[in-house]
Amino acid sequence: MSIGVLSPQKAALHRQRKAVNAVALTLSLGAMAFGLFWLAWILFETFRLGLGGMALAVFTEMTPPPLAETGGLANAIFGSAVMVLLATALGTPIGVMAGVYLAEYGQNTWLGRVTQFISDILLSAPSIVIGLFIYSVVVAQLRSFSAMAGILALALIVIPVVIRTTENMLSLIPNALREAAYALGTPKWKVISAVTLKAARAGVITGILLALARIAGETAPLLFTALSNQFWSSNITQPMASLPVTIFKFAMSPYENWRDLAWAGVLIITLGVLALNILARVLFRNKQ
Amino acid sequence: MDTKVDSAATEKLKLSVRDLNFYYGKFHALKHINLDVPEHKVTAFIGPSGCGKSTLLRVFNRMFELYPEQRAEGRVTLDGEDILSKKLDVSLVRAKIGMVFQKPTPFPMSIYDNIAFGVRLFESLPRAEMDERVEWALKKSALWNEVKDKLNQNGASLSGGQQQRLCIARGIAIKPEVLLLDEPCSALDPISTGKIEELIHELKTDYTVMIVTHNMQQAARCSDYTAYMYLGDLVEFGPTSELFMKPKKKDTEDYITGRFG
Repeated sequence: MSIGVLSPQKAALHRQRKAVNAVALTLSLGAMAFGLFWLAWILFETFRLGLGGMALAVFTEMTPPPLAETGGLANAIFGSAVMVLLATALGTPIGVMAGVYLAEYGQNTWLGRVTQFISDILLSAPSIVIGLFIYSVVVAQLRSFSAMAGILALALIVIPVVIRTTENMLSLIPNALREAAYALGTPKWKVISAVTLKAARAGVITGILLALARIAGETAPLLFTALSNQFWSSNITQPMASLPVTIFKFAMSPYENWRDLAWAGVLIITLGVLALNILARVLFRNKQ
Repeated sequence: MDTKVDSAATEKLKLSVRDLNFYYGKFHALKHINLDVPEHKVTAFIGPSGCGKSTLLRVFNRMFELYPEQRAEGRVTLDGEDILSKKLDVSLVRAKIGMVFQKPTPFPMSIYDNIAFGVRLFESLPRAEMDERVEWALKKSALWNEVKDKLNQNGASLSGGQQQRLCIARGIAIKPEVLLLDEPCSALDPISTGKIEELIHELKTDYTVMIVTHNMQQAARCSDYTAYMYLGDLVEFGPTSELFMKPKKKDTEDYITGRFG
């Protein structure tokens, strides 16, 4: 019997399998096309409208009053960068250490399970709740909106994301690697810091970048905390402008110059987040 | 039994096991093991899967302590000192009794650092001496010629057989007295296996080597003493030639002739 000639029973099964395969493939391609369609449309609109408002002044001038001739987003871009970077710098060590605790120390312990549960709840908490929480414990107590409060709110969003990715990445490290390190007489802290964390490094950094991308676009937690600022401010005890809050304010206004700037801001955030995601993917791929 | 004592008595003993019992939770994995391992010899442990040979090796460097549900009872002495004693720092035990595992496990760092890592834990050597130590360990494990031009490359970039020799180099670089090899060749091709067997033969001039293997030819080729284990019991122990040529127990004979196992 030559290849391709099957007994009738096998041939029927083979045809059936091919048909099922074709249907499944069509459905999954359709699902992908559906998702890509909206993504492409969003990106297209963002570029179309964003490029209209884009100019050098966007990066050099402060947010303008309504109907002004010139103006930019320099203070908002700066504010976003400061708050996002400081929040990441604050949240990352806490998140990584908690993730290390969960993966390397807290497995099957009462405290470990409770920590994981709380972290999971925090991960799915709406960001506006976190904003209101910081409002009531920091802003209301100090009687002033401040960038510091915004940083705290963003850090609270960063922490559970970093905990989750760190823990997941560490659990993927085979125990054989840990045993090999212990077999040399390595103390536990050194096994974790020099071997397992290092082996999971690309994944952990990816998690940090994804957390950074997530908070770069958060508006709700900043509305009640950092508020906004029309002027350049680098004082974190004072209100500070940020891109998302500025977009929120400008996009809903009736003034054309504000709306153009809002779209420029949307484009800047989108490109920034896109760049971070691509960076995360490149880092992760290099590991494989 | 008597000849076992006689033949071992002529050697200097390195490691002694007295009435060792081991449990995985409630499962009794090693039963009343008594064993004397001579110094500067290769001792092989053979037996069917699940007989406890790897478990026994993992008692010798207290690797089992990483898992809270596992426990050992009895005495294991290295040069007369009880290594299971809680008073003894487990890191020091492991520094004296090194281990190489079934699967190669290079650390996520350069070839050089893979070897220097363990050395740095116990010694702070100047750069030149560290270089010498790395070279020495790599030469000893027959890997130097293949990696001397790429010491800065990641350890994971090597082939499986090279990675395993890197792990052996890493183990001997800290100059242990005993080297435990847990099926070191099971993931390797015949050429790499041959290299590692030659290596084992050389290592015994400096170290006391214990090797767990599924391959009876390997045990016959590279060991001086062999222990046959079955279901947690040490059935027979003696010079390799005697155990293979005229085993005293029927069980041993059945296993090595392939009638069972």
